[in-house]
Amino acid sequence: MTGPARIAAGLLTRAGTPLAFRFDRRALTGLDGDSLASALLANGIRLVGRSFKYHRPRGIVTAGAGEPCGLVDLSGPGGREPNVLATTLPLAAGLVAESQNRWPSLGFDLLSLNDRLARFLPAGFYYKTFMAPGWAWERVYEPLIRRAAGLGRLAPAAGGHGPHAEILHDHADVLVVGAGAAGLAAARELGLAGLRVVVAEEGVLAGGGTTLEPRFDAWRTSLVEALAALPKVRLLTRTTVLGAYGHGVFGALEHLSGAERVAHAGLRERLRVIRVRRLVLASGAAERLIAFPGNDVPGVMLAGAAHTYLRHHGVAVGRRPALFVNSDEAYAAAFALAAAGVRVAGVVDPRPGSLAADRARALGIEVHAGAVVAAVAGRCAVRGVRITELDGSRPRWLEADSLLVSGGYTPATALASQAGGGLLWQDAIAAFTPALDPRIGRAAGAVHGAVGVAAAARDGSAVGRSIAIELGAAPAGAPGPALPDDPPATALSPLWEVRGRGKAFVDLQNDVTADDVRLAEREGYAHVEHMKRYTTHGMATDQGRTGGLVGSAILAAARGLPVAAVGQARPRPYLEPVPFAALAGSDVGMHYRPTRRLALHDWHDAAGATFVPTGLWLRPLVYSRTSGWEPVLEEARAVRRSVGITDVSTLGKIDVQGPGAARFLDHVYANTFSTLAVGRARYGIMLREDGLLLDDGTTARLGSQHFIVTTTTANAAAVLEHLEFQLAANCAHLEVLLTDVGDHWAQFAVAGPDSRAVVQEVAGGLDLSNEAFPFMAAAGATIAGIPGRLFRISFSGELAYEIAVPATHALPVWQALLAAGRPFGIRPYGLDALNTLRIEKGHVTTAELNGNASADDLGFGRLLKPQGDFVGRTLAARPGLGGPERLRLVGLRPVDRRRRLRNGAQLVAAAAPRASVGYISSSTPAVALEGWVGLAMLADGRNRHGERLTAVSAVHGEETPVEVLSPHFYDPENARVRA
Amino acid sequence: MLRIPCPWCGERDEAEFRYRGDATLARPGADAGLAAFTAYTYERANPRGWHLEWWLHAGGCRRLLKVERHTLSHEIRWVGTPAESPAAAAGGRPA
Repeated sequence: MTGPARIAAGLLTRAGTPLAFRFDRRALTGLDGDSLASALLANGIRLVGRSFKYHRPRGIVTAGAGEPCGLVDLSGPGGREPNVLATTLPLAAGLVAESQNRWPSLGFDLLSLNDRLARFLPAGFYYKTFMAPGWAWERVYEPLIRRAAGLGRLAPAAGGHGPHAEILHDHADVLVVGAGAAGLAAARELGLAGLRVVVAEEGVLAGGGTTLEPRFDAWRTSLVEALAALPKVRLLTRTTVLGAYGHGVFGALEHLSGAERVAHAGLRERLRVIRVRRLVLASGAAERLIAFPGNDVPGVMLAGAAHTYLRHHGVAVGRRPALFVNSDEAYAAAFALAAAGVRVAGVVDPRPGSLAADRARALGIEVHAGAVVAAVAGRCAVRGVRITELDGSRPRWLEADSLLVSGGYTPATALASQAGGGLLWQDAIAAFTPALDPRIGRAAGAVHGAVGVAAAARDGSAVGRSIAIELGAAPAGAPGPALPDDPPATALSPLWEVRGRGKAFVDLQNDVTADDVRLAEREGYAHVEHMKRYTTHGMATDQGRTGGLVGSAILAAARGLPVAAVGQARPRPYLEPVPFAALAGSDVGMHYRPTRRLALHDWHDAAGATFVPTGLWLRPLVYSRTSGWEPVLEEARAVRRSVGITDVSTLGKIDVQGPGAARFLDHVYANTFSTLAVGRARYGIMLREDGLLLDDGTTARLGSQHFIVTTTTANAAAVLEHLEFQLAANCAHLEVLLTDVGDHWAQFAVAGPDSRAVVQEVAGGLDLSNEAFPFMAAAGATIAGIPGRLFRISFSGELAYEIAVPATHALPVWQALLAAGRPFGIRPYGLDALNTLRIEKGHVTTAELNGNASADDLGFGRLLKPQGDFVGRTLAARPGLGGPERLRLVGLRPVDRRRRLRNGAQLVAAAAPRASVGYISSSTPAVALEGWVGLAMLADGRNRHGERLTAVSAVHGEETPVEVLSPHFYDPENARVRA
Repeated sequence: MLRIPCPWCGERDEAEFRYRGDATLARPGADAGLAAFTAYTYERANPRGWHLEWWLHAGGCRRLLKVERHTLSHEIRWVGTPAESPAAAAGGRPA
């Protein structure tokens, strides 16, 4: 048995094998091809959840992605997943689902008390109630609200499995949204014209309205086969277009079927980025509810949904359903149920009469013309309905176990609105259709206002042909197969609300009632977008698909305006909830971002390096796998004592060539480079146009028209972009070529008193004496047999050289340097030791060069050239950058040499008031001095050398007395680098 | 997402480009003074309609492009090199 309500073979479940599943711990059986919703309904289960605010019992309302109530928690091997739509979730063997938002149980829920207190929980309740006192928000209100609010419960995923989703990029001529009658017909025309077409269908089946009647089957089958035969047309089912992002870019989410999931190692979703020249919006129209008291009782469902469950799954949603409809189209559900042997309790129709009512009566179905449903009896299930005349007279009782509602059909205009399209009111359907810019695309079918599937197909064909011609393709000659004509119909009569006692909902997911909409209007939130935000109408995951326009109409009535003048709120992307996993795709774990490895990564690794991520780079922090400062200090001592070697390949390197190269560097650097001699290097600082420091580095002149610019590791990309912009936008008169050579060159610093001897060993016959190759010399050189470059520059404060060789030759050169250094006890040193050495020397990095500092703040004021223009020159001289309140670079040592310093510690005066006057930017245990040293940014710092302050680290609970000094702790005369 | 027709590479996603600001501004001369540079650095018109912008094709040819974009509809009606200017195109909004 697959449930007592399964009365026929369904289109999707026809060949289905039975599947066991659990809902709220009940063991149930459904069929392969069922959704969870259809399987629950087949088992006679009406009550599936409690509502968001009032905790009212709720049942399944729709048969698709617009479902407001049928949300469940899903438990599986991948963890617990909340807010899964039962109406779109394919049933799978062993599926375990639980209802949401109830405690202790679905049948008896304590917070349903809210429903009785509704008088005290009006729209805008939170804004009005949880006001003063301020402290109460954090301690009382928020915890209370958090417990009461929300839908499902999130639990940490079990983890440890592969990506749930992948991201694909599609390119086509046309995207057809929706594979109903219009979408299929349009896709056929476009495909026959030879265009590349992607058709995205939200449902499991292509066909839309044509899936509801057997007489359309032949047409649908032939169209789907025709599309399958067109190699440039791709039909994607279970694929929701989530948003329109302009310029023909759309996002779509494809849910993989069970079989595909197995075939793709558990992959669940594909996020598709679709780029096209034109859009065919054939998204159809969503059946809408009517606001009447009790329109949320489990068993009240949209008429089209009941029709779908019968035809797709063979499920009768009730044994004795009543209908409350206002259009001829909605009678189709009654006819189908009656034909399947279900006893229809009656049709309530506000219209005085209609062709459909005549047909119903001829089939023996009772029709209450000119009547409305005024109330629903039952709390957890429909027991019957009270009906009256339109004016409220002649109340009578109709016994029924379900109520199938249709208030008309609202075109799914969301994507058109996102694409910048306006809305046009259509009296014939009492709804808006989209007004799309034809350069973006066209609407077709029900969303375009067509009524009936044959009309939709004709419209789709016509739109397909128009777009084919617009895109310069030749449309097909022969018309496609035709659908049976739509039956003649009497026009719909708009009916939005039946007023009476009790809550009449316009938004079932966010529990917004018709009265809430009127309250918003009375309190001044009369614009449809204000009403939306004040009441939260349409802000739930279903985006108000079933009741959005109903809310607009009730607002319009309250304002005394036609609906056309009020409009409807614009839904934003995404059109359905998207799991974060789908947005991440396969960019998770090690693929979250790229990793840049040094040419010598493997060598560093084999030498026992601990790596530290700096930007995208992995750099050796220290050549030790044990924590603590001692291995770092040992490396630093080697440099101070004899010689060390470190890999500085991560520095940015930009090759600047051309007749205008020197003048260009004068423009981008605050100091002068045109006077630099060939074969020399110079330390340079770059400013932004606002006068603050952008970056620093050493630039060498290799030829009269050839420079190599070095940037910090952190700013390599930003500086390259800055130079490219300056060259193109402001220096177009200069003939200069910029080339990023950062990855082409490996670069090593050999530093320490013995570095000359080591480098001499590998640099062939080059004369490295102080006279021939002084501090700041630069030259092309053959290093260990490899043509490279040699610079005499120093970041450590010792005699030092930097050697650059093409990255492919990094290893033999590095090894030759190690071999040459072995007699001197050469040691590789990592980033930590590099930092220790530069802090002792008072050199800055991006910790100080942090985007807030001016040249003067860091003591570079004298580098600014007095003559000539450069980027940042004028604004560097603005008054705001000169005052004593500026934070300036200083050195710090703890007064008690045994105490340590902390990066980020705030500096305060030793006595009150204890306002921060600066902070520690870098610190390290020293090797040249006793204890710790640090660099700090301190207000008026240069005039405070000798002062004592307190470094406060609230994080560590430490207060450390410190003394302020010059930042140049080590060799301030620069004697060692010039040795 | 904008699709920008790069004259060198063809139509590409906005994600490949870096926005570099208002291309109608010319850098003042060296001695134009504080007020001129303050305006050049900080003051922006924020127009509603057609706007000339710098876009750097950082993920492509790395050329700096001038792009004429409508700030309301995002329509792009002209792309050129820094040396070029859109033909004295009539203002106004796209259809």
